[in-house]
Amino acid sequence: MVDPVRRADVCVAAVADCFSGDGGILANPIGVIPMIGGRLARAAFEPALMMTDGEATLIANAAATVPADERVVETYNPYRRMFDVVWSGRRHVMMGASQIDRHGNQNIAALGPDPQRPKVQLLGLRGAPGNTIHDTTSYWVPRHSPQVFVAAVDVVCGVGYDRAAELGPVAARDHEIRRVVSDLGVFDFESADHTMRIRSLHPGVDLDAVVAATGFDLVVPDDVPTSREPTPEELALLDEVIDPDGTRYREVPDPA
Amino acid sequence: MSPAVAPAPSKRMSADDVAARLRSGMTVGIGGWGSRRKPMTLIRALLRTDVTDLHVVSYGGPEVGILAAAGRLRHLTFAFVSPDVPNPITGGSVPGLDPHFRSARQAGAFSATELDEGMMLLGLQAAAWRVPFLPTRVGLGSDVTRLDPNLRTVRSPYPGPDGGEGEELIAQPAIALDAALVHLDVGDERGNAAFTGADPYFDDLMLEAAAEGYVSVERIVPTEDLVDAAGDVTRLRVGRLFTTGIVEAPGGAAPTECPPAYGRDDDWQSAWFKTTKDPEARDAMLEEWIRG
Repeated sequence: MVDPVRRADVCVAAVADCFSGDGGILANPIGVIPMIGGRLARAAFEPALMMTDGEATLIANAAATVPADERVVETYNPYRRMFDVVWSGRRHVMMGASQIDRHGNQNIAALGPDPQRPKVQLLGLRGAPGNTIHDTTSYWVPRHSPQVFVAAVDVVCGVGYDRAAELGPVAARDHEIRRVVSDLGVFDFESADHTMRIRSLHPGVDLDAVVAATGFDLVVPDDVPTSREPTPEELALLDEVIDPDGTRYREVPDPA
Repeated sequence: MSPAVAPAPSKRMSADDVAARLRSGMTVGIGGWGSRRKPMTLIRALLRTDVTDLHVVSYGGPEVGILAAAGRLRHLTFAFVSPDVPNPITGGSVPGLDPHFRSARQAGAFSATELDEGMMLLGLQAAAWRVPFLPTRVGLGSDVTRLDPNLRTVRSPYPGPDGGEGEELIAQPAIALDAALVHLDVGDERGNAAFTGADPYFDDLMLEAAAEGYVSVERIVPTEDLVDAAGDVTRLRVGRLFTTGIVEAPGGAAPTECPPAYGRDDDWQSAWFKTTKDPEARDAMLEEWIRG
């Protein structure tokens, strides 16, 4: 009997593929699965990527989580320096999203119609406006639901394709929302009008379930591809050096 | 015989001296980031006075929810308020949500200017350099102009990258501070100070953007020992040109972290967050902490 595909492993491979072709830039995936996927990209096929320790240095370690005294530091990157990197265009960040719409506008600030009196206060804008105007951005959504994939976000933090088009080609010259990876599938904006398209669905995920869990009409290709599984070599890297504790399975459990 | 080290005035003061110099209605910048190296001894001293109606500018950690819960906040300039909390999956840390900040904000207890982290940096830098604004692409296309109707754009007087019309940019206004409160690791009584952890955050910039700069430090050493105590000269981030007063306050960032001296007090932070729905418990815990 073949081992069943584990959903978290598919998510990690999908995240890794987001950074394919990025070369010598700062890959900055934020979150558990994103960090593991980014480390996998560097270990498996993008060795020039630089990556953070989550604090003030860029480190060469293969592992996703590294104790401070085991970090192999490549360079110093305190918060102030991070803005130099972001504004230079040499970064690809993967952020979370409390809400995201079909154009790729993202919200992490607040819910409700009046931003000065939010119904639900979230983190704030953080760096989302600056990230999306200066660098390639991807998003990670660990629980795909109609509350996250919404018709319109309440506060535009990360800039989507409709807003970028309004700005014009000069202001939006660095704008690219490359992928949205969720626990159900991989989505991109490579449709005729840059609205969100299903790139692939994870093994075992039903198209109807994704449509039902999305609060807007996705662009659905005639033949919906299935997300790839990690190669045996990639799985070995994950199990032996990147995530030996299996933290990825705690963020994305296997489907029941 | 003349001394080998030129004398200079002492700026040493107590936390209560600092608090006595603050006035209601001031714009106050608070150093640190999240639950990292916040000037908590100075904030406790502030809370022992009647100073209120504050406009706080901060890369926000638990101090924002504390000031809101104490009713001292009139306006907040922020890009986030997210204290660091334990990450249950990895055992590391993750930016969390502060229930005190959230409930005050949702109740409309204070007004706010919400901006991107980088815009806040540029606003402080503009104030420090004494220019009215700094241009940036940060914010273009996002809701920052809806969130802050006073935010303006500016057209570059130079040709665009395509040789055409000059680019339209966000004109981030200067964020001038009446006072800045920061906590560093070591300093001297002249008002020089150094960080010994991994990140200086924006503490030096807060001081440079402020009319009055107040620094607390874990320990004060003689000036001739400062470089050795800091580790090397690159850590001497704060010069006394920008400090009004310096306070020796061991443990002055607690319950936030001040590495390498001490970590974040998660027990305190989590107990504090749990008081949100119980005003009596909240006020009692706050009172105990302020009197500490």
